[in-house]
Amino acid sequence: MSAVVSVSSQGQPVGFVRRLLSRPLAVLALVWLILLVVLAIGAPVLVSLDPLDQDLLAIKQLPSAAHWLGTDALGRDVFSRTVYGITVTLTGVLEAVLISAFLSIGLGVSAGYFGGRWDRWVQQYVSLVQSLPTMLILLAVLSLFGQDMLPAMVTLGIMGSAGVSRVLRSVTLAVREELYIAAARISGLSDVHIIVRHVLPRIAGPVIVQLSLFSAIAVIVQTGISFLGLGVAPPAPTWGSSIYEAAASLNDFPWLLVPSGGVVALTVLAFGLLGDSLRDASTESWSRPAVRQKVQARQAVKPTDIPAGSLLSMRDVCIAAGERTLVHGVSFDLKQGETLGIVGESGSGKTLTSLSLMGLLSPGVNVTSGTAVIAGEVIDLSDEKRLAQLRGATVGMIFQEPMAALDPCFTIGHQLAEVIRLQNLPETQVQAKVIELLEQVKIPNARDVAARYPHQISGGMAQRVGIARALASEPKILLADEPTTALDVTVQAEILALLRSLGQSRQMAVVLVTHDWGVVADICDRAMVLRHGKVLESATVVDLFHRPQHPYTRALLAANPHSAKPGDVLPTVDEQLMKMTGDAT
Amino acid sequence: MLQVILRRLLMSVPLVFVVTFLTFFLNSLAPGDLASTILGADAPREQYLALRAEMGLDRPLVMQYLGWAGHALQGNLGVSYFTQESVLSLVNARLGVSLSIMAGVLVVCLSVGLLLGVASALKGGWVGRAIDAFSLVGLIFPSFWLALVLISVFAVTLRWFPATGYTMFSDSPKDWAMSLVLPIFSVAMYSITSIAKQTRDAMTDVMGRDFIRALRACGLPERSVIWKHALRNAALPVVTVLGLVMIGAISGTVFVERVFVLPGLGSLAVSAALNKDILLLQGVTLYFTLMTVAINLLVDLSYGWLNPKVRVS
Repeated sequence: MSAVVSVSSQGQPVGFVRRLLSRPLAVLALVWLILLVVLAIGAPVLVSLDPLDQDLLAIKQLPSAAHWLGTDALGRDVFSRTVYGITVTLTGVLEAVLISAFLSIGLGVSAGYFGGRWDRWVQQYVSLVQSLPTMLILLAVLSLFGQDMLPAMVTLGIMGSAGVSRVLRSVTLAVREELYIAAARISGLSDVHIIVRHVLPRIAGPVIVQLSLFSAIAVIVQTGISFLGLGVAPPAPTWGSSIYEAAASLNDFPWLLVPSGGVVALTVLAFGLLGDSLRDASTESWSRPAVRQKVQARQAVKPTDIPAGSLLSMRDVCIAAGERTLVHGVSFDLKQGETLGIVGESGSGKTLTSLSLMGLLSPGVNVTSGTAVIAGEVIDLSDEKRLAQLRGATVGMIFQEPMAALDPCFTIGHQLAEVIRLQNLPETQVQAKVIELLEQVKIPNARDVAARYPHQISGGMAQRVGIARALASEPKILLADEPTTALDVTVQAEILALLRSLGQSRQMAVVLVTHDWGVVADICDRAMVLRHGKVLESATVVDLFHRPQHPYTRALLAANPHSAKPGDVLPTVDEQLMKMTGDAT
Repeated sequence: MLQVILRRLLMSVPLVFVVTFLTFFLNSLAPGDLASTILGADAPREQYLALRAEMGLDRPLVMQYLGWAGHALQGNLGVSYFTQESVLSLVNARLGVSLSIMAGVLVVCLSVGLLLGVASALKGGWVGRAIDAFSLVGLIFPSFWLALVLISVFAVTLRWFPATGYTMFSDSPKDWAMSLVLPIFSVAMYSITSIAKQTRDAMTDVMGRDFIRALRACGLPERSVIWKHALRNAALPVVTVLGLVMIGAISGTVFVERVFVLPGLGSLAVSAALNKDILLLQGVTLYFTLMTVAINLLVDLSYGWLNPKVRVS
């Protein structure tokens, strides 16, 4: 069968058994496997009916007290046949797993530990074996060795070792990099000693995980071989032949499918569960989906104090992650053509405030109260549906990491065109507008750049593209979240100049989130200082710089590197606050 | 582009030789050879030696292999000792069935697997749990058992599809399609699960990346953000698994063709194995290996297509 063995996490030797026993499903799986072994060994004592005894007077019977799993088409006891079949399957699995363990530990660990040419050879070998048609090789082996399971299972072990080796190699590679291994090498311990005493114990976890997942595959392959009538001569009871016999009675007695398939499925499940439970839950389990909490949209109440001519107003916006409130009642008004700076240290809630206007807060973070008036319309900020409709044509946004904000799989031109097409323009105009937008953000060779992928342009150019994309839908309001932080100083100035001229020529209301007073002084009309999610001060930029009211604003201004004299020690915000107020706020 | 294909093809030549030599080598390990199998153990020694010489079995193993390979390159795969027919024509006659199943598996596991994977990456609750349960079925039940259950339900009880047998496409396209539905789903269940799991993990990862938020901020509809941008970025690991899954599906066809009595390469391989028809088995192995090569080639090419960084460099 196909052996898709996924890459496991790092080794976790500590408390392995205890961790395993703390998972109820893993315990159940272990109980099932131990039960199989006990039944297989004790079959002659524990099972009274002979698996080969035919009773033609009692064929195709459903389960009863005499026949716990019923009887088959020849009147043989299904329970007895199932129990006697355990040995064949488990022996086959054991053979395959032992070979696979031996080979994969040898190849994988040595390749990961020694690296170099040997590592490349092993990797070549692994990818070669992984692309072989497993079942065909097994058929060839079976046809040559006749009714003998051992060679086939050994072959399966060899083929399965490829995938396991690949995982063990990468795990060993990680362990090798650790300091104590390096220390052991420097102190002159032999490689064999280091591998046996220090590496193997560390990778015991992944070894067991991979081998139990491989066992699950081996069960299916072993059953498949006996299903085909190969490996074991027919009258002998095997799980595979039971399924084959069930096929013959499919029309009139489908019950036989249940015990034969059930025992195989439970055993595969047991091995699989064992492997999955052992695996580090954080890296390799089916990752949990990030599901958005549904928040009931409230009825938006129009605030009474909106000044005339305001394009964007926020009133008492609170944002929380679960119980923890991150933004406490932010309010501001912004006119057309005006630029507002939101200033604060990281974690002050400035980015959350801007994202809440887009309805793009991360899952788990919600607007708990507050309204916004966007272009005259009163909107409750928990109404993500309505906010989604406003994105693009009403409110646009530019992000801090320009490169990360572009989809790496599509060209610049394609990504711009996609946004332009939302306005239902004819295709000829779309392409013309792509070029026009790129030229508006001052990109030279616009045609050439449009054909490039994001990884082929610089960070500054990526931010220009980000701006062009935000402008493509001609928004009335533009949110810029630290648009220059990730860029070189010279590029920063160019981007700011661009934002200023675009804001004026398009008469947009711009909200600029920043921690940089230079940026505020440069292009903002007004600014709002945020700390721990609270608005400390909101004023025109001239007032803020010349007559800061709040001690924190003064402290923040004093800590501005742009106004520092060369050679002086730059004060931190906390030091300044202490000096000014006598205690730390 | 053509250059890339040629280079990949050239790189897969060793694989074909390794696999076919491996089967040849296994052959030499077996007790008794083809001559003794044909004549039986009681045949006079002179007669056995004469046939051995005639078949070239007295030559060194490598020479025998080179002889076979030389003929194979000229399109001569030898003669099945069991039916006395040309291996090439036997194998070619069966190719269509197996390719039809493989193509069906590809379509089904991609469409259903992607759908389930994306759905479970985006939705929790009962949708997620239902998908988990469905996936579990594909993982723990052998394909041949699933095949029997599908026959029992959809052919014997509901009578929607034929239980066994194969209709040529040229005879009746409708019956041809009907005869393939159950086999395809039997093989595809495992593949669907693998694809769904990989898609789910990759999608969960991609949906958390910055550009998804940026695309939403531009006002792009969710449909485009998820099915175009997120899926395209999640596609690379999915394609890797798809390649492995399709190679695995080759093994799946061996069982399923047997259950559904389909005249494909898989059932031919099984009967060749049962009859110890070495040359025929060698021929089927060659074909399956070529399929593997084709799958790997397609995977490699789609890497280039999906990842612009690979494409340009």
